[in-house]
Amino acid sequence: MIGQLTIGERQFALVMLLALAVIGFAIAVAGRDDLLGGHGALVILVALAGIFAVIHGYYLPAPSEQRFERYYDDPTKVGIIVAMGWAVFGLFVGDWVAWLLVYPELTFDAGWSSFGRIRPVHTTSVIFGFGGNALIATSLYVLQRTSRARLPDQLSPWFVLFGYNLFCLLAVTGYMMGITQSKEYAEPEWYADIWLVIVWVVYFSIYLRTLARRKEPHIYVANWYYMAFILVVAILHIVNNLAVPVSLGHAKSYSSFSGVQDAMTQWWYGHNAVAFFLTAGFLGMMYYYLPKRANRPIFSYRLSIISFWGITFFYMWAGSHHLHYTALPHWVQTLGMTFSVMLLVPSWASAANALLTLNGAWDKVREDATLRFMMVAAVFYGLSTFEGSFMAIRSVNSLSHYTDWTVGHVHAGTLGWVAMITFGAIYASVPWLWKRESMYSARLVEVHFWLAVAGTIVYVFAMWNSGIIQGLMWRTYSESGTLAYSFVDSLVAMRPYYIARAVGGLLFLIGAVVGCYNIWMTIRTAPRTAGEAVSAKPDSVLVGTPALQPGE
Amino acid sequence: MAVTERDPHTGYLTTGHEWNGIKELNTPVPRAVYFFLIATALFSLVYWVLMPAWPLGVSYTKGLLGIDQRTTVDKALKRAALDRESWTKRIEAESYQAIQADPALMPIVRQTGRSLFGDNCAACHGLSAKGGKGFPNLTTASWLWGGDPETIAETIRVGINSSHPDTRVAQMLAFGCDQILPRADVENVVSYVQSLSDAAAAKQIPATKLEAGQKLFAANCASCHGDDGKGKAELGAPDLTDHNWIYGGDPQSIFTTVWRGRQGHMPTWENRLGSLERKILALYLVDLRSRNP
Repeated sequence: MIGQLTIGERQFALVMLLALAVIGFAIAVAGRDDLLGGHGALVILVALAGIFAVIHGYYLPAPSEQRFERYYDDPTKVGIIVAMGWAVFGLFVGDWVAWLLVYPELTFDAGWSSFGRIRPVHTTSVIFGFGGNALIATSLYVLQRTSRARLPDQLSPWFVLFGYNLFCLLAVTGYMMGITQSKEYAEPEWYADIWLVIVWVVYFSIYLRTLARRKEPHIYVANWYYMAFILVVAILHIVNNLAVPVSLGHAKSYSSFSGVQDAMTQWWYGHNAVAFFLTAGFLGMMYYYLPKRANRPIFSYRLSIISFWGITFFYMWAGSHHLHYTALPHWVQTLGMTFSVMLLVPSWASAANALLTLNGAWDKVREDATLRFMMVAAVFYGLSTFEGSFMAIRSVNSLSHYTDWTVGHVHAGTLGWVAMITFGAIYASVPWLWKRESMYSARLVEVHFWLAVAGTIVYVFAMWNSGIIQGLMWRTYSESGTLAYSFVDSLVAMRPYYIARAVGGLLFLIGAVVGCYNIWMTIRTAPRTAGEAVSAKPDSVLVGTPALQPGE
Repeated sequence: MAVTERDPHTGYLTTGHEWNGIKELNTPVPRAVYFFLIATALFSLVYWVLMPAWPLGVSYTKGLLGIDQRTTVDKALKRAALDRESWTKRIEAESYQAIQADPALMPIVRQTGRSLFGDNCAACHGLSAKGGKGFPNLTTASWLWGGDPETIAETIRVGINSSHPDTRVAQMLAFGCDQILPRADVENVVSYVQSLSDAAAAKQIPATKLEAGQKLFAANCASCHGDDGKGKAELGAPDLTDHNWIYGGDPQSIFTTVWRGRQGHMPTWENRLGSLERKILALYLVDLRSRNP
């Protein structure tokens, strides 16, 4: 890894890591009487590990000029492996949390393992750890190929990848220590948030610098989605995390917003995190890997553009549907609901564009579990966006809000859409990246596919049942006009569904473990492909390809 | 120069661009997309005209229907109160005894009291009101501060060792920790206390120990728990002769109680539950007890 950096990049890496170590030291000293001190120590450790790694490889020969002939894929390879690691960890914690709702004693009497702490560990690990790393890894891969341009340098992608994972690490360890700003999906405190901004700006600059050097006349639609993901997440992240720390030596901070403005800002962030992190980014993934794997042209260029702008425009307004029947003024709720309803059209247009692209390749969907992952992802994308618009209608929301239906809806989206498209993309890219004929075992991909589908369906059906029963129990009145059930009654009624949900989650987790094994075996043992003659493999050589592609 | 080609499967032309082998068809946007875009936009327009929708600086468009969630909730609450008036007025006005004797009102008390208890009391006392360690069982005849409905309602109102100015206050002294009694005396008094409710255990304890314990009890404990150990409800001192123990009736638990003292806590419910709800809860608990064999 260090051998690929130029001498100048190695020196710059050392300077940056030393600066990071100094910052870590400053944090550790300033925060010595606070939980913050522990994070300072963690930053020092990470920086020192990095320094040792760079020094270890410092005197390796400088990379040859030949590197410019090939795309720079090593950050993508590491990103995919790290993403799978986060997937297994995050899904394991998620299933633990699920069992915790059945057997509350599974915290083993420790503070760090209480529900309120490990639930955000689960959400952050799967959304940001798994999803985020997969997005970074695939975006760098797709960006280079669809631009026919190599990444601008060797150092910045590593900075983004490792910097981003340091953020995830600070987040997850912080929750277990009790550091949180109590904003859902934005729990990390101010210092981690500032760090993420730096990482994110570098990420966006990689995108712009590569696109500026592209050899294709047009920017492919996948890059539009990836860029929307990067740009809007930066805006959301900065605004929602505006806060004043108690002091520079304390982890705790206070939000700049209060009351209903705080709630509105949080859910403007929260819903657009769904939109631009969990939707736009993964649509970018879908727009590359699905047509590539199916070997079919995109069904409609026009549909992809109209969907892009529809999604970008409508999603921005929809956040207030998380606050129906609250102190939020009625008119804001109206806007949130109506824009959520209109949002369904571009969402379904995207799902339809994906599925119609498969016309002419349905035989492959039947035979190839990797492509089937992507097809099922598109179906779940359609299902959960319909469900989301439906639940955003105020009168429906009065039944569904605060119930497990919401949890089921989120998981239909994350398990069914986000995780499935990611697994599909990873199974497609691993053989390409490591120059293998195919995955180690097609059967194991098949096994993973069915475990993932079964797990998702069990999970979602359990939560639909549980959520609707909860919602109905909470609004059932007796003949005398008083509530028929207490909250505890509804909890007792949930128990069988909580067991089913935890079993569904377990199936999904086992699937991910099978996937890890398969990927590991592909990297380790599968034979190298002979030459460059693999049909589905994208061309990784820049020099030697015609200067102009047929379409130019 | 973009070279378009015809896709043999669909028959559509491509846009002529290609990225890493990916092409795009120039398929027109399906009519259905425009149709649904217009339909949902029209729905939204109509909804905006009818409902509160767009901000206008310091105000907002109120909507032709004049609906607002606050007034809707106010109306719904008033309507619900009206619906219940037929029986709430009677429960508020009538005496506990009259309600208890009323076959029309008691089913309502049981139904309403159950969910009230589940939402407010069950966290400590359990859904079946049988309590647990540290939390009294409310289904027995043994009540710290008295078990008639008026007294129960008052306990719910002010709480025990709570923040309410009229709170009920009681404390079991830490006879060991605070060095009121030496260890040997505490052990003797524990044996005596155990013998009050456990005849079988009493037979195993040497008579001298019981005698010493009895004397210590008369000197130190009887002022609150009574000479016979049957407790005093006006002081919140429990009956030690029955089988209902809040903190456990085995020798070790009794020892811990005498050595370290006890001071249970029940919050005041005056600001959270109205007088009607407190009255229903008191009636519910008395009824629950009467049905407990």
